[in-house]
Amino acid sequence: MMRASPARIALYVISALVLVYLIIPVLIIAPISFSSARFLTFPPPSFSLRWYQQYFSNPAWMQATRVTLTVALLTVVIATPFGVAAAYAVSQSKLRIMRLIHMALLLPLVVPIIITAVGIFFVYAKIGLVATMPGLVLANVMLGLPYVVISVLAGLQSFDPAQEMVARSLGMNRLRSFFAVTLPQIKSSVVAGGIFAFISAMDETIVALFISGGQYQPLTKRMFTALRDEIDPTIAAISTLMTAASFMLVLLASARQGKNA
Amino acid sequence: MLALVSPALLVILALIVLPVGWLAWQSVYHDGFTLENYRRVFTEDVYWRTFALTFEISLAVTFIALLLGYPVAYLADSVPKGWSILILSLVVLPFWTSVLVRAYAWLALLQRTGVINQFLRYVDVISEPLALVHNTFGTVVATVHILLPFMVLPLYATMQKIPNDLMQAGASLGASPSLTFMRVFLPLSLPGVLAGCTMVFVLCLGFYITPELLGGGRTVMVSMLVSRNVELYNQFGAASAVAVVLLLSVLAIFFVVSRFISLDRVLGQK
Repeated sequence: MMRASPARIALYVISALVLVYLIIPVLIIAPISFSSARFLTFPPPSFSLRWYQQYFSNPAWMQATRVTLTVALLTVVIATPFGVAAAYAVSQSKLRIMRLIHMALLLPLVVPIIITAVGIFFVYAKIGLVATMPGLVLANVMLGLPYVVISVLAGLQSFDPAQEMVARSLGMNRLRSFFAVTLPQIKSSVVAGGIFAFISAMDETIVALFISGGQYQPLTKRMFTALRDEIDPTIAAISTLMTAASFMLVLLASARQGKNA
Repeated sequence: MLALVSPALLVILALIVLPVGWLAWQSVYHDGFTLENYRRVFTEDVYWRTFALTFEISLAVTFIALLLGYPVAYLADSVPKGWSILILSLVVLPFWTSVLVRAYAWLALLQRTGVINQFLRYVDVISEPLALVHNTFGTVVATVHILLPFMVLPLYATMQKIPNDLMQAGASLGASPSLTFMRVFLPLSLPGVLAGCTMVFVLCLGFYITPELLGGGRTVMVSMLVSRNVELYNQFGAASAVAVVLLLSVLAIFFVVSRFISLDRVLGQK
């Protein structure tokens, strides 16, 4: 069927070029991070771990890393149960207002992030949450919620609520039947949603630029400021580590989501 | 049920609805009701130019992303499953790399002493480094890179639902492959085109990190206007008015698009 017509060949070539364009920036970081030179040069100079050393020996970078990991972890711990409860309510309730609530839960994806960032900054400034850990976590919970909701809703779609009815008719209350019957079956989407919330918190930059400060600055904020001033290969080392972490988490999440389907 | 949804809803109300409401209020109230901020946004040159440039860049980025994304989605749709999984994985791979990391990568690639300039000089194509970054060019290259997956995924989802029988029917009636493509496949893929273009355009309107880092201060987009008004000039009213106009533009686009396709189709991809 598929003869190699000129149009077909053109399609292959164009697509290959586009894919190269998509992948190159992801691949270019690692070699820079392991190079002894400040920039990628021809011919490539020697292999070196100096940029990783600089990262791990710098107290400011380490503090920022701790903040990022703490925020991301707390975000998952809070956003996952909130998101699961909300997704469950949206999928089971027949109340008309639920449609509106469902849309509201996706608002963080719709409102341009710069607007969210400035808005939160003003509100935080009023109540003294700027440059605090709770403020940072709360903002990331809000931004991570849609990922949990979307993932869990997708999982619930393939779940038959009649099973829960059966459990309840056998004498379980609603809560117990949820934990005994429903949750085990949607576990994969819950885990996937939590992982996406973690990655979202790990990568979040713009809100952090406005509301974080002092000792509570995540990695991304320090990276942004560093990038604005000078291109330092230490950032290549950090970027490589961040990218590796994201990919491992995404693999984990998609493996879990695949289980669900 | 309302009790179950309320923790999540409260967080969203407190950190999206309340702040946006606060912005809207602040944009019209300063020692009394005033439309001064909006008058400035709509009449002063800086604001006007920034909005115009932002729309121009967003249009260009959307158009380029469509040109680049359509063939890739089409190829992914027309090859055996194993290949299409590979192609789609390559598309989503950068998607999961931090926007900041990719900005750094593009700086490393495009700057005067960057990989591309060094390579071009090494093979003697140029003698002077090209100005590839810290301008609109660099911004567009990096922005398209970040938004391309948002174009390819809805396109692919739509193309997958186009039944193969229709193409075969076209062929059996004597139409050439290109004619079947133009008359059957292309029109049927338009909902995906609309979904992809909407997402890319809307996301681009609010882009901040990429133009800030790759535009070199010359390519000022609306989001940068907001942040500068807050951080540099303490012009909270002006910043709020700009943010409100940006938000209304985005909502208006979503509203218009929702008349043609379901919004789930647009948002489901993120």
